[in-house]
Amino acid sequence: MRAVVTVIGKDTVGILAKVSTKCAELNANVEEVTQSVLQELFAMIMVVDISKLKGDFAQLSDSLTALGEELGVKVHVMHEDIFNCMHHI
Amino acid sequence: MINVYDILETIRMIQDDCLDIRTITMGISLLDCIDSDIDKACEKVYNKITSKAKDLVKVGEQIEKELGIPIINKRISVTPIAIVSAACKCSPVKFAYAMDRAAKDVGVNLIGGYSALVPKGFSDGDIELIKSIPEALANTERVCSSVNIGSTKTGINLDAVKMMGGIIRECAETTVDQACFGAAKLVVFCNAVEDNPFMAGAFHGVGEPECMINVGVSGPGVVRAALRKYPDADITAISDVIKEISYKITRVGQLVGTIASERLGVPFGIVDLSLAPTPAVGDSVAHILEEIGLEKCGTHGTTACLALLNDAVKKGGVMACSRIGGLSGAFIPVSEDAGMIDAAKSGALCIEKLEAMTAVCSVGLDMIVVPGDTPADTLSAIIADEAAIGMVNSKTTAVRIIPAIGKQVGEELDWGGLFGCGPVMPLKKESPSKFINRGGQIPAPLHSLKN
Repeated sequence: MRAVVTVIGKDTVGILAKVSTKCAELNANVEEVTQSVLQELFAMIMVVDISKLKGDFAQLSDSLTALGEELGVKVHVMHEDIFNCMHHI
Repeated sequence: MINVYDILETIRMIQDDCLDIRTITMGISLLDCIDSDIDKACEKVYNKITSKAKDLVKVGEQIEKELGIPIINKRISVTPIAIVSAACKCSPVKFAYAMDRAAKDVGVNLIGGYSALVPKGFSDGDIELIKSIPEALANTERVCSSVNIGSTKTGINLDAVKMMGGIIRECAETTVDQACFGAAKLVVFCNAVEDNPFMAGAFHGVGEPECMINVGVSGPGVVRAALRKYPDADITAISDVIKEISYKITRVGQLVGTIASERLGVPFGIVDLSLAPTPAVGDSVAHILEEIGLEKCGTHGTTACLALLNDAVKKGGVMACSRIGGLSGAFIPVSEDAGMIDAAKSGALCIEKLEAMTAVCSVGLDMIVVPGDTPADTLSAIIADEAAIGMVNSKTTAVRIIPAIGKQVGEELDWGGLFGCGPVMPLKKESPSKFINRGGQIPAPLHSLKN
């Protein structure tokens, strides 16, 4: 079971470190990271394994969203299923 | 593997283009609550609804969080109350109170099924229910009502049509202090469907299982955003773009329904393939039609554009989910669609054009505000016209029309939220009274010699 964490906004120092630290705290294992400037947006996308998550999905989502607010970037945490269903037959 | 562009597209659809799941609706059968003692029956109804749907809102919110997509409404539909209440042989209004209480206690925003099905005539229970609708809607907050007055197989019950004109007026009159909102919770159908998840017309048909989850999707903003990328494409290409995007929208509906059904332990019924607008900026069906190339929704060409949109949405959606049903198609509720409100205010969109539009899209004359002094017979005649379109074309049509008591053309009714605000639209002044008062049944149409 995996979740996709996206961070969109203005680049600042240490975003990746802070987001992955938070993931580690909640035992979400980072499997993949893509970082690029796309359509004039700085975008970082992390795929994290959530099968051994400490706490529930809402906790991961809430704490990463709160971290995003602190850093002035927009963070979304979504289950991989929504992307798979929408873009694969 | 998930592609970066796909991820960003999904997020943009949700964040910028208002993609959402409009409703998860739990259909609950109340047939086992029938009792000749109305108080006992109401208690059974309350207990059944609150036990079946106790986790509906919680599960909906969980899914919302996990998938990162808003699920705007969690709702309940029940067996038409006229059937459940028939044995009580009295006004069934207490059932409305029990439904309202149950809806509030489980946290759903609307509950549908204060309904009667009278396409071919009335049972005693049907008459009692229809007569009690104004009282039920005025004294409850979340109960929605519908009456089916005709079908392709039976024709149109003109006595019921006549009755409903008066009931609609009464609903508006008894709720003047709430901007006539009672009438906005009442739908008059021809060819009503049994698995519709959308309000105010949802009820749980007698052919449905004990309990069921149905899902209504939305996303007019997403369709418009997709079309904006093709300003010069020909109309075939436009149809293909709509099909592709509808596929994606509907897939999410299928996913949400599957998860909800698993977690609630209730079978998954259907996805209603629909484009349901909201008054929010960027969530309008009228704006899609304008994006296709109309200066204003309601002008000549609107019916053709809407026919294409409606058909393409279905073609795209059909492959995206295992079972489809409900009303499936583009909705055109005037007060709930920013583009329709503008078009109606500017005079480009009139009720005659809306009637034509309902012949090629989902449902019918929806959330239309008419002058407060409109006679009941005129409302009945509007219902008769709309039902005739449904009957002849073998499709569902409906009328949800709100007489703005004390108001005239040029004024408006404002409910706020998802119901929006509607300008008072002009109607014909000539009387249809003689026709409406004839009563009887308009016979079912012939199904050969089609022209």
